[in-house]
Amino acid sequence: MITPEEIKATLTQALPVALIEAQDLTGGGDHWQVIIVSAAFEGKGLIEQHRMVNDALKEPMDDQRIHALSLKTYSPAQWEKLGA
Amino acid sequence: MVEDVLNRIDEKVKNNKVMVYMKGTPDFPQCGFSAHTVEILKSYGFPFSSDDVLADSAVRDGIKRYSNWPTIPQVYIAGKFVGGCDILNELHERGELEPLLKAAFDK
Repeated sequence: MITPEEIKATLTQALPVALIEAQDLTGGGDHWQVIIVSAAFEGKGLIEQHRMVNDALKEPMDDQRIHALSLKTYSPAQWEKLGA
Repeated sequence: MVEDVLNRIDEKVKNNKVMVYMKGTPDFPQCGFSAHTVEILKSYGFPFSSDDVLADSAVRDGIKRYSNWPTIPQVYIAGKFVGGCDILNELHERGELEPLLKAAFDK
């Protein structure tokens, strides 16, 4: 189990974060969906973008505090294009 | 022993145009992410091969090392790691998955 604040704090430390949302998908605190917009994703493919997030969250993923992680990653330009 | 598993995985990834490492089988997936991944792939009608990581713990660990990717399912197209459920879904929504599959089967 992990809190959304912990997830956000960990990622904000690892990456320049423009926007981040962490949603508990089941209410159990271990299945998460994270939406993250970061300038660090600029020009990078999806695998690389997801790798950066997975790497930052390696510890809580390894010790199973995060059991499942669904990711949506965007560069600021990609995010703007979505019209969000 | 570990090398052995990685070699076996490498062979399958290279010898199948589309290779999926998943939990369960395409007809009986054992996890929602694996189910969704297979559903997307099936919608294009191209054949794909799969391995059930729940049937072999060496493969379950090995595939994560092979791609340096922490989660399952994992999809490989034309010998290349494409991603897991989220990325496949994203490529599907962007219309980028079909060209990848077509290119693999055109060869």
